[in-house]
Amino acid sequence: MTTAALAQASNAAIYAAMITLTFAMVAFAVSFAAGRRRAAAGAAVVVARPGEGSVAVLTRPSDSPERPEAGKRSANIAMSLTWLSFILLLAGVVMRGIWAGRVPWGNMYEFSISAALATLAVFLFLSLRSDVRWLGLFIVIPVLLTLGMAVTVLYTEAAQLVPALKSYWLVIHVSAAVICSGAFTIAAAAAALGLLKGGLERRAVARTGSSDGVLSRVPSVDRLESFTNRVVAFSFPLWTFAVVAGAIWAENAWGRYWGWDPKETWAFITWVIFAAYLHARSTAGWRGSKASWIAIVGWLAFLINYFGVNFFVNSLHSYAGVS
Amino acid sequence: MSAGREPMAPLPPLGGLGFVRWAWRQLTSMKTALILLFLLAIASIPGSILPQQGNDPLKVKEWIAGSPSVGRLLQSLGFFDVFAAPWFAAVYLLLFISLIGCVVPRARQHWRAMLAPPPAAPKNLDRLGGTVTLDVAVDSADVIAGAVEYLRSHRWRVVEGPSGDALGPRWVSAEKGYLRETGNLVFHVALLLILASVAVGGLFGWKGNVIVKEGGGFANTVTQYDAWGGGRLVDSDSLTPFSLTLDSFDVDFEREGSQRGAPKYFEAKVTYRDDPAAPQQQSVIEVNAPLEVDRAKVFLVGHGYAPHFVVKDATGRVVFNDAVVFLPQDGNFTSTGVVKIPDSEPQLGLRGLFLPTASIDKIKGGQSVFPGPDNPAVFLSAWTGDLGLDTGMPQSVYRLDSESMTQIGLGTLRPGQIWDWQDGSGSVMFTGFDRWASFQIAYDPGKEAALIASILAITGLMLSLFVRRRRIWVKVLAPAGAATVVQVAGLTRSSSLDDIELGALTDDIDALVREISRTEATPKEHT
Repeated sequence: MTTAALAQASNAAIYAAMITLTFAMVAFAVSFAAGRRRAAAGAAVVVARPGEGSVAVLTRPSDSPERPEAGKRSANIAMSLTWLSFILLLAGVVMRGIWAGRVPWGNMYEFSISAALATLAVFLFLSLRSDVRWLGLFIVIPVLLTLGMAVTVLYTEAAQLVPALKSYWLVIHVSAAVICSGAFTIAAAAAALGLLKGGLERRAVARTGSSDGVLSRVPSVDRLESFTNRVVAFSFPLWTFAVVAGAIWAENAWGRYWGWDPKETWAFITWVIFAAYLHARSTAGWRGSKASWIAIVGWLAFLINYFGVNFFVNSLHSYAGVS
Repeated sequence: MSAGREPMAPLPPLGGLGFVRWAWRQLTSMKTALILLFLLAIASIPGSILPQQGNDPLKVKEWIAGSPSVGRLLQSLGFFDVFAAPWFAAVYLLLFISLIGCVVPRARQHWRAMLAPPPAAPKNLDRLGGTVTLDVAVDSADVIAGAVEYLRSHRWRVVEGPSGDALGPRWVSAEKGYLRETGNLVFHVALLLILASVAVGGLFGWKGNVIVKEGGGFANTVTQYDAWGGGRLVDSDSLTPFSLTLDSFDVDFEREGSQRGAPKYFEAKVTYRDDPAAPQQQSVIEVNAPLEVDRAKVFLVGHGYAPHFVVKDATGRVVFNDAVVFLPQDGNFTSTGVVKIPDSEPQLGLRGLFLPTASIDKIKGGQSVFPGPDNPAVFLSAWTGDLGLDTGMPQSVYRLDSESMTQIGLGTLRPGQIWDWQDGSGSVMFTGFDRWASFQIAYDPGKEAALIASILAITGLMLSLFVRRRRIWVKVLAPAGAATVVQVAGLTRSSSLDDIELGALTDDIDALVREISRTEATPKEHT
């Protein structure tokens, strides 16, 4: 394929992914709304209750919240569309890399489409292991926003890497960071959903004395919180690795492994906040909604690091490629 | 850190020792650790918003000049050097003290737990959720022996009991996943090691910046650096005695597309020796490919142009003949610099603007439109008088103090052109240009330790997050008779209630139950 054809194909694939994702979003939304109408009674499943000391008592976790038939079909359609979008986006990112003749991580457009891809990848990976269709709507929306921003504001033609980025550490450091972007987004989405459901349940209890039927398509608040915890537990070591890999690279490129460059500072802040999250999860009185807020703040810190530092601060990491 | 289940004392008890104990308990509680973590995150923010002394001292000066009263206040509070400020240090030192206060008792506890056998089975397994009860046509001794064998081979720590009972063992207690807590402790200790490594680097490390023109060189002594900073315990007289010459500097820029003007590559070809007696060696230094000389590393951090001038005085005598380092002011290498000629009579000074690809804009004046030397030109203003070099005040080589000088005129020169001054006091010829490279030479004796500690930290972290601490009990309820009633139950021991952990334990129990049921199928000789 010629360069021009590759460029066109890459862009076309990404636009196509956005279209299928939009349909996926609609389908997820339909399934979500269907669940709300048919308020299923007794959907709440007690998974575990705290025993004595720091010991959890075992009960067998049930698979998923009750799922009224109405929303099921559209949720399945949405999942298929998400898979299709993932494949299209993967093709777009890969062709972008071939077009540029390098890994597609040279500017913010490329970081953004890769982050969108990683978010879908983490979500779909999770969907293979457990039923996470309830999360779909809240994953597809940020992914669509990211892609929309990428193709409108951040778009740049493929070009060579600036010399500072020519290193195999680019592959190691950025791939870890990009996967973390996906995982943090999913963790924050689940945390926000847990907070929303918890709040609505409290209101429903105050009004009608029962929380039955509140966001019944979504797992219980407990399960949302433990889901968030699981995703953070996966991404925190990876984020630590991304930071350490960045430090090794910085030592090789700039002569110091840590220099409190704004990007490094915000990576550190993100790290500290997620460390606080993990500590909160084993502190009495912090485990629930407070921990969820911390996870959301951690994700915001990650976003500030990505957008804020690239656009508004003079950093050694200013590779936005947007003028 | 400690599991934070102890209730906070509402008021400190009176009395010195009591207060100290109370304060220590507060400091090492998980809640305090959490608050300190938040404080650490918040305290870091100004360091990313305000310019920092360590990264950009010039910006700091500009900021303070822009709003002097606020600027000076912020400066006195350490906001332009956040990561060296006492209040920032207070936060992380408290956090690390709190960490030590947690890790030490927990390490002791963990050590004891690893030496002790798993606790005996609870009286009533039914009270645990998820208990599996099954009847097997096997002798109870075989059930116990089979369970022990299975659990041992799957690396569970196993104990059977009750001991000394004539009827033989009737229960098995097993525990697994001690590495979770080990990893947790390793992670926290590794963080301490990272802090120590940073401290070693800060005390014994040094770093310096130097600009070298093509054909020029430098030796590793403090006086030869343009900027040098070393830790408190560095003996600046005994730096590694290496020396280096810049043979040539090559650079190429993107010519097409949106990234026009971005560098494609730059590399510095150098000749160096480890010490004055050592043989010469050659090397190429690139971004991401520093040169390592005796544990110090030489990094290529910048480059620019050094226009070459020949200046003659009124009699035609050559008073200056050299390339002069001009500092780039923008991405297209519009560069400024000065030439000082104290040897002429009267003294001469030139202020210059070098444009690698000159373009004359009616409003902006001269500026460069491309970083490569496609159309080089210099704009010069010539001055005569007293350069002020004899006052004893140190002067910047990049700034001309024209207070006691008078301007001769302004000139624009292309390579090879000569500008004769109207007053007949002499001439200047722009013969061409060399390039220069700026190097950062850094020595950090703590970095290897920091790397090892980081690897330890990640390993410990993964163990502490992915290993699951859990217990399993097998109990024989009715040892007499043909059908043996066996109960299997388990507990997870992590403080976060996680489906996955519960699921994994369920799997463990299922596997064990399958194993026990299988013994049924293979009749033993003595039954």
